[in-house]
Amino acid sequence: MNEQSAHAGWEVVIGLEIHAQLATRSKIFSGSATAYGAAPNSQANLVDLGYPGVLPVLNREAVRMAVKFGLATGSKVARRSVFARKNYFYPDLPKGYQISQYELPIVATGTLDILLDDGSIKTIGITRAHLEEDAGKSTHEGLGAASGIDLNRAGTPLLEIVSEPDLRGAKEAVAYLKKIHTLVRYLEICDGNMQEGSFRCDANVSVRRVGAEKFGTRCEIKNVNSFRYVEKAINYEVARQIDVLEGGGTIVQETRLYDAAKDETRSMRSKEEANDYRYFPDPDLLPVELDESFIEAVRQTLPELPDEKADRFCADYGLSRYDALVLTASRDLADYYEAVVSGSGGASAAKLAANWVMGDFSGALNRDNADVATARVSSAALAGLLARIQDDTISGKIAKEVFEAMWAEGLSADAVIEAKGLKQITDTGAIEAAIDEVMAANPKQLEEYRSGKDRLFGFFVGQTMKATQGKANPAQLNDLLKRKLAP
Amino acid sequence: MSLTRSQVESIAHLARLDISEAELPVYADSLSKILSFVEQLSAADTSSVEPMAHPLDGESQRLRADEVSETDRHEKYQANAPSVTDALYLVPRVIE
Repeated sequence: MNEQSAHAGWEVVIGLEIHAQLATRSKIFSGSATAYGAAPNSQANLVDLGYPGVLPVLNREAVRMAVKFGLATGSKVARRSVFARKNYFYPDLPKGYQISQYELPIVATGTLDILLDDGSIKTIGITRAHLEEDAGKSTHEGLGAASGIDLNRAGTPLLEIVSEPDLRGAKEAVAYLKKIHTLVRYLEICDGNMQEGSFRCDANVSVRRVGAEKFGTRCEIKNVNSFRYVEKAINYEVARQIDVLEGGGTIVQETRLYDAAKDETRSMRSKEEANDYRYFPDPDLLPVELDESFIEAVRQTLPELPDEKADRFCADYGLSRYDALVLTASRDLADYYEAVVSGSGGASAAKLAANWVMGDFSGALNRDNADVATARVSSAALAGLLARIQDDTISGKIAKEVFEAMWAEGLSADAVIEAKGLKQITDTGAIEAAIDEVMAANPKQLEEYRSGKDRLFGFFVGQTMKATQGKANPAQLNDLLKRKLAP
Repeated sequence: MSLTRSQVESIAHLARLDISEAELPVYADSLSKILSFVEQLSAADTSSVEPMAHPLDGESQRLRADEVSETDRHEKYQANAPSVTDALYLVPRVIE
């Protein structure tokens, strides 16, 4: 890949730590709500606030979701896992420790296949995934010499997914991150909202000379909240490390923050002091023992996974790998696509439906910043439009105009075609009449065409289309024109 | 096992304890004594024993249903806080 050749002689090594906020209603250890955007501290109870004498009680749903992720990635689901205290002081962590898992995480050693740019598949190792609680949030704006603490997020369940240092460039890292993002949404264990911080990522980045066995010293880039920034932050960091090493310097192991405005990473000096979290088993929580029936019950809830769905789309609908991956990137889009296919004539409409869902439909969603669930053209409505293309009521070109009107006015394809008089002209006589008119109006071009200037055929197609306001059936028009223009 | 002066300083710092110069040797000495006392346990052969995460061996963590059972009581909880503005707890400014 060209990522490598840009840094000749160096190999990039990346591992990701992804924090996926689990989509539970209540917190991992308390009955407080987890809704986003609530008034400050309105969802923080005595457990979340770390009052003395309170005890954490584990949320079954959080455990179930972690197990679901483990099963979906073919990971080892631990029959016994243990919560540990990670000790550090920070104002958004009222207890002085975060409840996490350390030596015995709930999910261990799995794998995930990612598709690289060159079309090859690479298997990335998942080291572990463990349950932990989130911390609160600090704000510093307009509070003078103080910081304000909102503990609504404190105690929200997180699944921290740690990869092996298997990723060899920013693009691979983003491909892996997107794959996990797709997966957690398929599993309905995380809403994947990166703006709201429900899906965050830290990247451990190092470089080494090609062929070297030992890893270079790594730096950790914290909390980058979009796919694009992850790629940019890693690329900046790789170039920085190579610069330092080629200039004879050494890399200091440290945490760095990505500044999107300046497109650079910089050292977080306050965290330079070596972390010493003094993990130990949390005496407030017993080990979590899972029996086979619990795990089996979770297995029963696994949906068709993205890779399986993409394979099926290729096989059943004859789609290219690329199209299948685009359409299965979210479960909503895949369901929408399948509804369009079945509503517009089944597998024979599969390719047409794919083009429309990936093209005009996705384009309209992006333009209006909308999502599939609230799209202004339902799957049934789009299927109705495709049916009119297939039965030659309208051409593909007119269909784009119809689609825009459907989107804007929330009407069915038939209603738009009727109201705007867009019905395709398939009446041979009407098309012939239009051709005659065009021929009569352009005697010079007609003569040139007949004396061998074939390129002018396109001119006649255009003129006749114009004369029928674009409504002539293109295939019929071509046939008739050829016949009539012939000398 | 005995703790050095700098180990005691570092432990105190991690626990945010303000220990004076005069107290340092006292802590170093008494903590070392505690460690030596506990160290007697290492005489026992534990090579075939799995570490316990909890004294209630054989018990498993109870799980609760995912239900919201708490209501907004921040005013009551914040009555204890030294400083509050717009429902935010205020602390001396911390920023990265």
